[in-house]
Amino acid sequence: MSDTRTPGRLFRMWDNDIAYSFRKSPLAIVSGVVALVIVLAAVFAPLIAPTNPYDPSGLNLMDGFTPPMAPNAFTGNSFVLGADNQGRDVLSTILYGARISLFVGFSAVLFAMVLGIVAGLVAGYRGGWVDAVLMRIADVQLSFPSILIALLIFGVARGFIPPSQRETMAIWVLIVAIGLSDWVQFARVVRGATMVEKSKEYVQAARVIGVSPARILLRHVLPNVMGPVLVIGTIGLALAIIAEATLSFLGVGVPPTQPSLGTLIRIGQQYLFSGEWWILLFPALTLLALALAVNLLGDWLRDALNPRLR
Amino acid sequence: MLAFIIRRVVQSAIVMLVVALVAFALFRYVGDPINSMVGQETSLADREALRTRLGLNDPFVIQFGRFVGNALQGNFGISYRLQQPVMELILQRLPATLELALVSGLAAFILGVSAGVYTALNRRGVIPSAIMAASLIGVSLPTFLIGILLIWLFAVELQWLPSFGRGDTVTLPGGWVTGFLTSSGRQSLILPAITLGLFQMTLIMRLVRAEMLEVLRTDYIKFARARGLPNRTVHFGHALKNTLVPVITITGLQLGAIIAFAIITETVFQWPGVGALFINSVRAVDVPVMAAYLVLIALIFVIINLIVDLLYYAVDPRLRVERSAARH
Amino acid sequence: MAEPLLSVRNLVVEFPTRRGVLRALDGVSFDIAPGEVLGMVGESGAGKSITGAAIIGLIEPPGRIAGGEVYLAGKRIDNLPPDAMRAIRGKRIGMVFQDPLTSLNPLYTVARQLVETIRTHLDLSEKEARAHAIGLLDRVGIPAAARRIDDYPHHFSGGMRQRVVIALALAAEPELVIADEPTTALDVSVQSQIIDVLKEICAERGASVMLITHDMGVIAETADRVAVLYAGRMAEIGPVRDVILNASHPYTRGLMGSIPTLQQDNDRLVQIPGTMPRLNAIPTGCAFNPRCEHSFEKCRVHAPHLIDVAPHHAAACWLAEEET
Repeated sequence: MSDTRTPGRLFRMWDNDIAYSFRKSPLAIVSGVVALVIVLAAVFAPLIAPTNPYDPSGLNLMDGFTPPMAPNAFTGNSFVLGADNQGRDVLSTILYGARISLFVGFSAVLFAMVLGIVAGLVAGYRGGWVDAVLMRIADVQLSFPSILIALLIFGVARGFIPPSQRETMAIWVLIVAIGLSDWVQFARVVRGATMVEKSKEYVQAARVIGVSPARILLRHVLPNVMGPVLVIGTIGLALAIIAEATLSFLGVGVPPTQPSLGTLIRIGQQYLFSGEWWILLFPALTLLALALAVNLLGDWLRDALNPRLR
Repeated sequence: MLAFIIRRVVQSAIVMLVVALVAFALFRYVGDPINSMVGQETSLADREALRTRLGLNDPFVIQFGRFVGNALQGNFGISYRLQQPVMELILQRLPATLELALVSGLAAFILGVSAGVYTALNRRGVIPSAIMAASLIGVSLPTFLIGILLIWLFAVELQWLPSFGRGDTVTLPGGWVTGFLTSSGRQSLILPAITLGLFQMTLIMRLVRAEMLEVLRTDYIKFARARGLPNRTVHFGHALKNTLVPVITITGLQLGAIIAFAIITETVFQWPGVGALFINSVRAVDVPVMAAYLVLIALIFVIINLIVDLLYYAVDPRLRVERSAARH
Repeated sequence: MAEPLLSVRNLVVEFPTRRGVLRALDGVSFDIAPGEVLGMVGESGAGKSITGAAIIGLIEPPGRIAGGEVYLAGKRIDNLPPDAMRAIRGKRIGMVFQDPLTSLNPLYTVARQLVETIRTHLDLSEKEARAHAIGLLDRVGIPAAARRIDDYPHHFSGGMRQRVVIALALAAEPELVIADEPTTALDVSVQSQIIDVLKEICAERGASVMLITHDMGVIAETADRVAVLYAGRMAEIGPVRDVILNASHPYTRGLMGSIPTLQQDNDRLVQIPGTMPRLNAIPTGCAFNPRCEHSFEKCRVHAPHLIDVAPHHAAACWLAEEET
């Protein structure tokens, strides 16, 4: 049983298979490119956006409702994707909005991942009542939709935060709320793998000679679950982005001063009936492309790591 | 059988008690209830007197007991925002949500199972591939975007269907306000029901397909074919029933999810239901309504879970002998 | 030999995969006479089960019959339309699978599964079918059949379930029964009982049996003739006694050497070195040549055909040609 001592070679084989399956899947390549473009555009938004939509001095209310690719009747300004109700360039608001959506999404998944991995390792390794309590919580939480959990956590947190700080704290509350609603999947997978690994002889041997549990868990258990954790994380990222957009759309997410894609869609929806379609359409398409691409990547990753499930 | 039911009911009661504890903690410790009742000018002494009169200085257990006692009688206090009894607010809006959830849940189940079986039996071909591709998009689409898309298409462009509200309603004896009995009520229901049901439908479809493909590979299906049974019997007599056993559990939970997702749909379509009430309460930090909603949703989930367990028990003969709690 | 009940000619079964086509069966031919028990042996992956599945028309797609013919009582059946083939399955060819624990639908009573099979093939009323079913269960040795028929499969033990499976396979009195490793999944203590039940009932109804197994002991006790498969090809076929006592193919000799017997003067079991090649790496020439201690130049170039070594006894080995 030398396989536990050669993660390097195993990882390379695994990596090559992944690379092979990526090259063979056009859908994965397209999704990967789309996701990469949106992420890069969001990260470098301040460099590539035509205007800074949050800089009030750069705004002209007269530019409001300028259609795409057509000069404004009063100011003569022209915008690639049009301008919104306040005269902000829609392309720029999308770039900055995607930045916030992705920041919240990544942070929430990271939070959920760390929380889930720690809970899973502890539950799986300690067993007993710690395990029982954690898994009961997980069971109960899993039977409720995560969006409801996030809403409740968000509502409760708002109750504790004084009204004057609600705006500034909103984004962090949102991250915690989405993260807390999403840790269960990670915890379950890690717990299962931990229990399997714990019963193996080398772990028993390591315990006997006094290797610390933390070292066993980090060196031997964690590498074994990185595959599934990555899959859950990728699909979780798509879910987190959608959750953030949904909460912001419902008006309980990020404050209007820092609009995410969901907020932009919420604003755009008000102009659906009056014909200013571009305010809604472009942010909606961006969100759709982002969510779909990340979701497809996650799907592909799951198939690539576990071909039997196809 | 009786022992099984009693055990499940006791478990459900425990879950409800825990949820009530959370709701009570929410109710009691989020913000200061006194602040929401009295003005800024009220003196500290007056506040303390009010506090004692309301029992807020009693020991925790007594306060919790009082909360549970009140909740059992349907008394969740007064909404901070609307200054009306919470239970009254919820009961006014419950029929709208339940009718919406019922219609979309039924549609999602029937269409989801049919499409799942169809795509499992016809793995190759243009139509099954198209359905699978569409379902992938369906799973990735945020609910609110589906709603907006439907409004844009059917209400703005084609102008076939209304985009908000319930249309005309009829009040039935017993106070149930229904939209089923008027044509504008039924028309108003269509778009929200599709929005709410689409995600669940794709989910059920993909689940049924995966489960059915799994079942079709089993030995007893091969043996059924080897016995010369007609395809129809093999597929619908043997494979479908075995497929539905695990599907029932998840579908039951999805029904609960539908009621939760109604929050989003009701916001998009300005549907006057409980979800819209809840979201407005979250925005306004209207704690009594939030607490009551939490208890209500938990109650619905627990009831659905109980029904699913009993159904499961009825469908799978193996559970009647082996330990029924071994499901997890 | 009288006119064969089943005749398989040059059967080829292929499985297209992403990395090329795998040939699971390569030109297999054999006959089964009415009332005869043909044993089919070989290692896992040699193509025994695929042969059974091909005869009954149940090869899992994307696998397919790529060549050859199958005749049942003189009539070709491998190219029948699906409905005509379905009418043969269960009615004229019955099949018993390996694992009785998974062969029965857990959600239906034994009665329901028997009655639906009987009524698919025989024109009987519900009541008559049920009476017939009880008779069958009784015949395969289920005690208190009339009462137990309404039980679910999980109420039966493994051996009892395999009896139910045999009853199901024989429900419409087929002329041929394909038994695919019928005892492998069972306790050793009930294996011979199941084989006896199967053999007795088939003998009493004049049904032929194709008994797929990797257990030479079962073959020696049960079969009239034996066919040895290796890497999808027929290695040797002939009367059981002949093949056991005068095996001509080195592979068969190796298989025989692995049966423990009381008379053996040395207490060492002979083992064939190496393993059977995978389907994507079958060597040119004789598939067995890399493992064969007698192989010579011709074996590495040309695949041997079946050569008669005695009446009704043939082996696919160039050594056999040398001798005759």
